[in-house]
Amino acid sequence: MFLDYLRLSVNNLTRRKLRSWLTMIGIFIGIAAVVALIGLGEGLRSAISSQFDMLSPDIITIQAGGLAAFGPPGSTVSTPLSNDLVKELEKISDAEYVISRSISSGYAKFNDRIAIGMAGSMPNGDKRAIVEDMVGIEAEFGRLLKDGDQYKIVVGNNFMKDDIFGKPVQVGNRIMIQDKYFEVVGIAKKLGNFMLDGVVLMNEDVQKELFNEGDDVSLIVVKARKNVNMELLKESIEKVMRKERDVKVGKEDFSVELAINTLETLNSTLFAVQLFVYIIASISLIVGGIGITNTMYTSVLEKTKDIGVMKAIGAKNRDIFVLFLLESGLLGMAGGLIGIIVGVAMAKGMAFIGSMQLGSDLIRADISFALAFGSLAFSFIIGCVAGITPAIRAAKMHPVDALRFAK
Amino acid sequence: MTNKETIIELKDVWKTYKMGAVEVHALRGISLKVKRGEFLAIMGPSGSGKSTAMNMVGCLDVPSKGNIYLLDKDIAKMSESELAKVRGKKIGFIFQTFNLINTLTARENITLPMVFQDYPKEERRKRAEDLLKMVELDNRMGHKPSELSGGQQQRIAIARALANEPEVILADEPTGNLDSSTGERVMDFLTKLHKEKGTTIVMVTHDLKTARHADRIEFLKDGQIVPEKEAFT
Ligand SMILES: Nc1ncnc2c1ncn2[C@@H]1O[C@H](COP(=O)(O)OP(=O)(O)OP(=O)(O)O)[C@@H](O)[C@H]1O
Ligand SMILES: [Mg+2]
Repeated sequence: MFLDYLRLSVNNLTRRKLRSWLTMIGIFIGIAAVVALIGLGEGLRSAISSQFDMLSPDIITIQAGGLAAFGPPGSTVSTPLSNDLVKELEKISDAEYVISRSISSGYAKFNDRIAIGMAGSMPNGDKRAIVEDMVGIEAEFGRLLKDGDQYKIVVGNNFMKDDIFGKPVQVGNRIMIQDKYFEVVGIAKKLGNFMLDGVVLMNEDVQKELFNEGDDVSLIVVKARKNVNMELLKESIEKVMRKERDVKVGKEDFSVELAINTLETLNSTLFAVQLFVYIIASISLIVGGIGITNTMYTSVLEKTKDIGVMKAIGAKNRDIFVLFLLESGLLGMAGGLIGIIVGVAMAKGMAFIGSMQLGSDLIRADISFALAFGSLAFSFIIGCVAGITPAIRAAKMHPVDALRFAK
Repeated sequence: MTNKETIIELKDVWKTYKMGAVEVHALRGISLKVKRGEFLAIMGPSGSGKSTAMNMVGCLDVPSKGNIYLLDKDIAKMSESELAKVRGKKIGFIFQTFNLINTLTARENITLPMVFQDYPKEERRKRAEDLLKMVELDNRMGHKPSELSGGQQQRIAIARALANEPEVILADEPTGNLDSSTGERVMDFLTKLHKEKGTTIVMVTHDLKTARHADRIEFLKDGQIVPEKEAFT
């Protein structure tokens, strides 16, 4: 029975004029936006989380530059951090370790190809293990660095791909960095973080010399002792920093960030963007729904005579109602289907552009079956809701009046 | 004939349309009986109330005053869904303008009344094919109404009217839109139905020649039943 009605409704639907299909644009835009957004948003969220995986709650990061500077470390023009700060910060009792790190950009040559990239420093002594642990770095091939390694490097996992030098880097290869030859002693396991997977690691003394850094460092990482109030520790650090750099409250030329806060800030920004797009999507869905109501009224009017005929041959009001409601729901669902296809294409396209720009699969489009199915069901429901009043009008038509209706 | 069961009875039926302040009496106290197996023709000038009367017999409309009994049940006392069920099961409509659903094929049009009565699919299919054979259009079952001639469309409409094996066929000027020879062909089917299957038929017509196929003719004028000689004066 239901299937027969479905068939009749589909039959009506496929005979529609272009004009009535155009009214689905609202539904289609709305669903496309929702699908693309949820798809990308989830992908982005998990990507961001993975970026911050290495940042545990007991870590505070200090960088030069005002307010949470989020560009590549060291790219800011303000006075760089000095290594002398480490000694001052170590005086804070709640700080277990204070570690300075350098991140420098430079060029590397291998297989007759030159690539621009980042080098990151590894501290000597017992701080080395802390950094290794913090970043979660492990060797996939070869070994990690140790104290006294001169002109030896560990490279990120992306170097195993062809796209940096045209051929994979292997343990034992020699790579030229800034005019000096380095031996690759290890290749790191994949971390899923495009910066870490593309970095070259060398000991800090080697890096300082190679890049002529003097006392400048890119960032200082403070690891707190167990069960320390992180906010208080952050304040103590800021106090020391202000004193050392001779700046007043509110005029800081540095930033002190709790790893967790950074993640939250980013997440809430993302949330605001998503909320905005959801509002736009809701508006287009409402407009789309009104469009469907409108075409359904037209359709009911056009089919007045058929409604009369169907009643004359035994259709109950309920049958007519179901027929038109189904048609309306299917109209919504058709819009939703196009929306899903466009939304998936949009999400994949944006993810692709993103990966081209960043050289990594940081942004992924995660479009689950549940999302697609849910959107389809949702657009069907919107169609049905939009079709209720026209379907009631059709159902309530007086058979004789409907039959008298001239086309 | 008189001892046969009455299947339709109109008792002092009035139908009044209110057009603003003006009242139009389409029917003014009609009383009429239709017996099982009878072929009744209703004649009368345009606007005399023939279609109005037919629609009420067909449970499409209810009287303003008076009663209509279909198999001894007062249709005024039936609910919307009961009326729909009666229309679907007990009555087969044939219209002057055929009124097939244009988007459906000949076969689907014939199947539609059975769909509304929840017939099993296999039964529907079989019955639709038998009916198509009966109206000699089984070679046209996949055609849309627009691909059929007027006479063919009306034969499909006859097949559709018969789909649920109704007690009575109501035909409102079934040949009104057809030329005389095509009209004759359609009338042949209706007469055959009446003679061979004993189907009860009530038919409205303008044309005396068409009316002669019937057992009995009633004349309507200004919403009342009148003797033949008064009808067209
Ligand atoms: N819905 C309506 N509203 C107002 N008046 C109506 C309505 N339906 C019918 N009438 C009037 O009722 C009268 C009878 O109409 P009806 O259609 O029954 O005539 P008829 O005998 O079938 O005519 P014809 O031979 O032209 O089909 C007419 O005067 C008509 O104008
Ligand atoms: Mg008429």
